[in-house]
Parts: sequence; C-alpha cells; structure tokens
Amino acid sequence: MTQPLVAIEGLSAISTRDGGAPVLRDVSLTLEKGEVRGLVGESGAGKSTIAKALLGILPSTVKVTGGFIRFEGRDLLTMPRRELSDIMGRDITLIPQDPQTALNPARRIEAQLTDGLRLKLGMSKKDAHQRALQLLDEVQIRNPDRVLAAYPHELSGGMRQRILIASAFALNPKLVVADEPTTALDVTVQKEILRLIRRMQEAHGTAVIFVTHDLGVVAKICDRVTLLYAGKVIEHGATVDMLTAPRHVYTRALIAAGPRYDRPNAGLEPVPEAVFRQLRAEVGLAERGI
Amino acid sequence: MAEIVTTTDAPVPLWSLPMKNFKPLLREPRVVIAGGFLLLLLLIAIFAPYVAPKDPLEQDLMLGNMPPANYPGAEPGFWLGTDDLGRDVLSRVLYGSRIALTVAFVAASLSAIIGTLLGLAAGWYGGWADRLISRLVDIWMAFPPVLLSVLLVAVLGSGLHSVIAAIVIIDWTRFCRVVRAETMAQAQLDYVMAAETIGFSRSHILWREILPNVAPVLIALVSLEMGIAVIVEAILSFVGLSLSSDIPTWGGMIAQGRQMIHQGWWVFVFPLIALFATVLAFNQLGNGLRKALDPVMRR
Repeated sequence: MTQPLVAIEGLSAISTRDGGAPVLRDVSLTLEKGEVRGLVGESGAGKSTIAKALLGILPSTVKVTGGFIRFEGRDLLTMPRRELSDIMGRDITLIPQDPQTALNPARRIEAQLTDGLRLKLGMSKKDAHQRALQLLDEVQIRNPDRVLAAYPHELSGGMRQRILIASAFALNPKLVVADEPTTALDVTVQKEILRLIRRMQEAHGTAVIFVTHDLGVVAKICDRVTLLYAGKVIEHGATVDMLTAPRHVYTRALIAAGPRYDRPNAGLEPVPEAVFRQLRAEVGLAERGI
Repeated sequence: MAEIVTTTDAPVPLWSLPMKNFKPLLREPRVVIAGGFLLLLLLIAIFAPYVAPKDPLEQDLMLGNMPPANYPGAEPGFWLGTDDLGRDVLSRVLYGSRIALTVAFVAASLSAIIGTLLGLAAGWYGGWADRLISRLVDIWMAFPPVLLSVLLVAVLGSGLHSVIAAIVIIDWTRFCRVVRAETMAQAQLDYVMAAETIGFSRSHILWREILPNVAPVLIALVSLEMGIAVIVEAILSFVGLSLSSDIPTWGGMIAQGRQMIHQGWWVFVFPLIALFATVLAFNQLGNGLRKALDPVMRR
C-alpha cells in the first residue's frame, strides 16, 4: 500500500488557558491522495483545532502534548520552520470560513490572488496576472479583468468565496483545508460553492479536509467522514455507510436531529441526554453540563 | 451568476492613491468645507508676507488703539484696527496662522508616528511588549495634560521646539491607544490568518495587510489632533510660555488683548475668532474623514 498523504497519529492537545483542559484526545486519522474527508462535530469538538494544526497556525493557547501529523511521511509538528513554511501555502492551503473578512478590504483582488504565486513560485507580475485570469475562469467568474481590478467590498459574498477558492487552488496544492467554507453563505450559493470545490478538487487531484457541522453538506461533498466529540474520534467511515448505517448511537442521534425533506414529520429530534451521558463516559469527561 | 455590485456609498480604501479614491471624500460636505478653509489658511500662512497689508511688528504709537474699519475714528488701511502699540491686528492674525499651523502639522505628525509605532507593536506582537506599552500609556494618562504641558515647557525652556515637544510627549498616547485597539481588532479577521497560511512574515503582515486598514482611523485622528495642538499652543502662548512676544501668535494676542478689553475689544476678539474657526475646522475635517473612510473598513 502506498503512503497516505496525511497521517495523524495519536494527536493530543490541551488548552493552556482553560486550566489544561484537553482539546484533542488521541486523535488518529489518515487521508489518501485526492480524498475529500469531512471533519464533523459540535462546536468545541476539536475540528478547527485539527485544521489549524495542519496549517501550522495553532493559537498560542493550544499546546500539543503528544502524537504526530505526518504529511507525506514527514512530521509537521517537529519540522524546522524553514521547511514548514515551504510546505504551507504551497502544498497545504486554506479556504477560510467567512468571505466577508477573509479578503483584505484595502487591497485589490489581483494583489491578493497573486500573493502565493509570486511569493512561492517567484512568478513575475505579468505571469501571475495571466495565471490569475486563468484561475478566475476556472472558478467561473465572468469579466475577470474587472474583478481583478476591484476591491473586495465591490463583490458579492459568493464571488468572494469563488476568489478564495481560486486562491486556495492556485499553486496546485496537495491538500486544501476548507474551514466551514459555506456557513456564511446563502443556501442557494452554498450548493454552487460545494459543486465548485468538488470540481476543482477533482481537476487538480487535491485532497480536501472539509470542516463542517452540517451533515447535509457532508452528504454532498465528502468521500469519508470523521465524527468528533470533545476532541475524541467517535466514528470513522465512508460517507454512505455512516449516513445510512451509523454504528455509534451519537451518529444515529445526530442524523435523527437533522431535518428530513423526504419525511417532513420525522427528524429534528434533540439528541437524548442518555447519549451524552454515554459519550462523556467514553471520552472520560466528568459529569457536568455541556 | 454573481455580478459586480456597485454600492452607492461605497467608501474606498485610500492606500494606493489614484484620484478616483478621493471622490467619496468630496461627497462629505464637512470634508469639503473644513478642508477648503484649512487649505486657504495654509496658503495664507505660506504667503503671509504677500497677503498681510502691513508689517505685523511695525509699531506706531501715534496710531495706537485704532478701531476696525467702519467704526468712528478708524484709520484707513487698518481693517481690523490696531493694538495699543499701533500694530495692525489683521496682519498679526494672518501671521499668527504660521505658528498655529506649524505646531499643528509638526506636533500632530510626530505624535502620530510615535503613537502608531508603539500601538502597532502592542496590538500585533502582544505579550510583554503589549504589557509594557499599555502600562506606560496608563501612567501617562494619569497626568493632567495642560498642567503637564506647562510643566514641560517650563523645564524645556520656552520656544517653538519646546511647545511641539510638549504636545508630542503628552499626546502620543491618544494614537497609541486607538491604533492598538484597531490592530487587535484587525488581527482577529480571517484575512490575517489567510496571509499567515500563505507564509508571509509577521512584520510583512503588519505593514502590508494591517496598517492599510488602520490608516483611515489614523488619518481622522491626525486631523483631530491638529485641532488639539492649535489649542495647546494657544494656551501656552496665553500664559507666556510659547514664543517671545515679538512673534505674533493667536494665544499671545488674546493674552495681550485681555488686558485692554475695555479700550479695544478688537485686539482680543479677532485672534479668538481665528483660533475658534481653525480648531472647529480641524475637528469637522476629522469627523468627516472618519465617516467617509470608516464603514468599509468595518466589513
């Protein structure tokens, strides 16, 4: 078997601010080349922490206490800074959550879209401009010349998210970390954006880690899913299997909690207290409120 | 398919400065009126020798205490009257703008530079730099500003340099606090995280990504600070701590006119009007700029 693209092994981390409370408990997961993996969980489940660890931007309040993150066999956590900054932004890139704030309001789109091309590939201004036009075409933006000359506030949210996607795929990365890229968008735009990410991912052969709390989004885009609770992996599996035949009671309860368009009278069941009690026991949390 | 949306009141970031970026500023009436007045004042200050009808220092005791034109006993050629030494009030008011504007521009720019550098460092690097600078600001602000400036000029000796130094030493905290808070707010936004993941250095992100977004607030604040500097200079001249009395300053004229207000109100009133209008214009310009530049920065 070939080496996986990303192998997280026994990753544990604590929050230094919260009296050393664990934020990740012995998390292991592997990601193959070209795979779309959903990271699902409630707020505080640790999905964003994993995403940030992959991007090398863990906040100073989070301290890793054990484990590895191997990217193509090399541990990102112990890698020298120089090598790490070679990988970040070229092999691993980010699609941020909120297109309203993810573009700098004081810089033109062209400057922001070509940052990576010029810094990492040393492209000339002219070459980067050509590549930017090409990228905007790829994410289906019409009149790219006008968009490149625009400031972010002149564009709609959907447009901005397309630009962020173009920018994430600009350097043909091996891994794109998408941090809830559709939560800030209208539902109608969401669908287009999901389709776009999927198409870009297939065209570039990129693996994607898709952080979300929306099982509907997972069903549309992910090949495999990892479900987290309180920093611990609850269930791994192919999306189809997990959504149709969940093994863990929590997964089952979460699916029951989502709305069902095919059966309007079912769904929207709150997760029973008994499930949380079982989860807390499994994770090793003391008995207390959530 | 998404389209380019052109909003009507879209204020534009002013970093790269092509002419069209100034349009939204010109739509703000306060900016136009106050800015126009200050521009006029600046021209007067620069060309004072050509604009002023008389030499502001020329004394003629025979022509002392002449009232402004149109008052009985007015002397032709002295539009705003003369003081007790027979010096032309209009010329002295016009020349007074030189000192006022010099102090305004130099003191406001220097305190803006010092305050901004410290504020950026505190807001962006945090940690001990932030603790040190913030405590310093706290201590600084515990001193009553006017008293402190009088004290400083007394220690440094009177003169233009001392006045400017006193204003800068006191007022850098204003910039430091605002810039620090604004930097911290900007640092939370996703574009900063995006820049980090691309691999830009911390200092590159500070100068190229964050500073342009702090600039609008900073520019508005500089304008407000210029108004404050004019006031402080007038206060120091008034108490005789600014410049030697042969150089016309508004504060000095007010102090002089105060003593003879019953014989000649004009010596007191006209420099007061000039001072009032100038400070008002700086404040209105600052508020107008803040309104014209701010909204988009909050997005």
